[in-house]
Amino acid sequence: MNKFICGDDAVAEGVRLSRPHVISAYPITPQTITVERLSEMVEDGSLKSEYVHVESEHSALACAMGVSSVGARAFTATSSQGLLYMAENLPYASGARLPIVMMNANRSIATPWNIYGDQMDSMFLLNSGWIQVYVEDAQEALDMVIQAYRIAEDKNVMTPMMVNLDGFVLTHTYELVEIPDQKMVDEFLPPINMVEQKMSVENPKSLCISAGNDFNFEFNIKQNKDMINSEQIIEMVDKEFGDKFGRYYNGMIENYKCDDAEVILITTGTITGTSRIVCDEMRSEGKKVGILKLRYLRPFPTEKINNTLKNAKAVGIIDKNMSFGYEGTIFTNVNSSLLKLENSPKTINFIGGIGGKDITKANIKEAFEVLLKVSNGDKQERIQYMNVRCDK
Amino acid sequence: MTKKLNAKTITNTELFYGHKACGGCGESLAIRLAMKVLGNRTFAALPAGCMSAVSFIYPNMAFTTNAIITPFAATGAVASGISIGLKALGIEETNVVGFAGDGGTADIGLQALSGAIDRDDNIIYFCNDNEAYMNTGIQKSGLTPYGTKTTTSPAGENLPGSITMKKNMFEIVAAHDITYAATASVGYLEDFMRKVQKAKETKGTSYIHVFAPCPTGWGYATDMTIDLAKQAVDSGLWYLAEYENGEFTLNRNPKEFASVEKYLMAQSRFKHLTEDNIKVIKDHRDKKWQKMRKNWVR
Repeated sequence: MNKFICGDDAVAEGVRLSRPHVISAYPITPQTITVERLSEMVEDGSLKSEYVHVESEHSALACAMGVSSVGARAFTATSSQGLLYMAENLPYASGARLPIVMMNANRSIATPWNIYGDQMDSMFLLNSGWIQVYVEDAQEALDMVIQAYRIAEDKNVMTPMMVNLDGFVLTHTYELVEIPDQKMVDEFLPPINMVEQKMSVENPKSLCISAGNDFNFEFNIKQNKDMINSEQIIEMVDKEFGDKFGRYYNGMIENYKCDDAEVILITTGTITGTSRIVCDEMRSEGKKVGILKLRYLRPFPTEKINNTLKNAKAVGIIDKNMSFGYEGTIFTNVNSSLLKLENSPKTINFIGGIGGKDITKANIKEAFEVLLKVSNGDKQERIQYMNVRCDK
Repeated sequence: MTKKLNAKTITNTELFYGHKACGGCGESLAIRLAMKVLGNRTFAALPAGCMSAVSFIYPNMAFTTNAIITPFAATGAVASGISIGLKALGIEETNVVGFAGDGGTADIGLQALSGAIDRDDNIIYFCNDNEAYMNTGIQKSGLTPYGTKTTTSPAGENLPGSITMKKNMFEIVAAHDITYAATASVGYLEDFMRKVQKAKETKGTSYIHVFAPCPTGWGYATDMTIDLAKQAVDSGLWYLAEYENGEFTLNRNPKEFASVEKYLMAQSRFKHLTEDNIKVIKDHRDKKWQKMRKNWVR
């Protein structure tokens, strides 16, 4: 069945198909449509979940933690200031290995106040121990909610997962989305079956414990190891999903015309679609350009990125965020990854889209042109702002 | 109703032991007895505070039942999540409780508690009130009474210690029209256990505010906890009451108050108080009791 829906609607459809036991809901633009739709689904009986009207985002995630701690499937959603307000609960949940799935509508953070999309919010929480995926369109949003539960609840992963959608550009734009069959989703996503990290009457446990200076480090190392190893589970789940539903997302990254590319642009989320069109246009002019769509920022797919970039001469990284006093965060991560290559390509950081500033086809083309110059040995500014009216 | 709970009838089974609380700790006594009343199908949520700090130190866990540390502000929300999660899984006949301190309840946790009461989630929320942030080293909270010397409300030439009275948590909770709320004291344990039993039998949210002296934070000998907890009630500086069906009931209404001075001077946190300071405390008490005696006695 196909439905003409927006990104927020698509997330709600993905949640309905995933049958969480409990949804803790608090509104924030541009996520709100998701919790509205979910309340309607619970009201009309098409979703048999408990729907909890929590009084804040802090409680939204805290409530989900309580739900997950007894082995039930939990969903919540947030954005921007809401994500930052619940921030302390993110490492809490990941350290306790609670496989919560949360949608985040990527939105600018105050001040200046702004409700439009950039990725400053989720970048703050890159170190929170959550798996972070960034989706490009409404179909991918729906599909990734379902995949997220499979990944998070895998006994070798047991890590919460954040599904990121670009605010407005994706959350509020409409497209035709295929709604998978419930029976097929049930086959793909079995009921949650937590064993170790859950409280139960038969097997009582203390959770979210304290571990002093003699044990704490080892807990963290174990968590890090499992997060790094989750890359294999993510790839496996994506393949199984594709086999079942016919849509493959290529796991950690998706390469577009990268095989012989001399310059490659790294994108996340919605800007990927625009970039592909520009890429096609420049290819028709004989320019060897390609796109690397970075889907996951944690775990960070170092080997896959390096494998794609190793023969390129210049690489551009679009960051819809900036770490004040330094540079774009994805740029930092990619550069660190490239250090593992003996001969790494030159990199340029294109920071854009902050506070919802448009990134146009012309801007993408300019970025490619800069990269082509770099590939010919020209020196270019290392950090460039896209589509702005002020100097750096 | 089950049989009356007292020293003879309460179970010998311990559900909370081996923790590292100080000798004479009133709060740990309240939890120990509450757990005995609630039984082993209990899920306990504890925010930051003494009780979580002393009970979950890997690998030694002090609760024999299920227990979880919550973010400081989130006792109500995590307890709600546990209760609703169990309901969604079809797991019945369980108790979900929050054990928070005075700061964890009246200050940082007030919002989440309010949300839980508003939803009437099936939880029992305990405020273990020892009148300051003890775990961090005796700092003033919203439930620290007037004239208390703490490490952030020093008593000196210019100030008598804390200058706020003490948030009226019981009535703030009751104002939500909660299903059941009560105040209690570890000085009157039979009354406390009766109220825990009542909360256990309540469907919906219940709240028990238990007064629990702290020898370390208050500055008194560890064998005086029960005595001081009694004196606080008898001198009128604390009170035993219930709220149900929209009505307040005062459970203990002494004809004459025991000595406020004796209670205060037994503790180093109040030793600096002047006669004028004590008059402020007594006047506040009298105003409160006038209202309670008028409206809460039937």
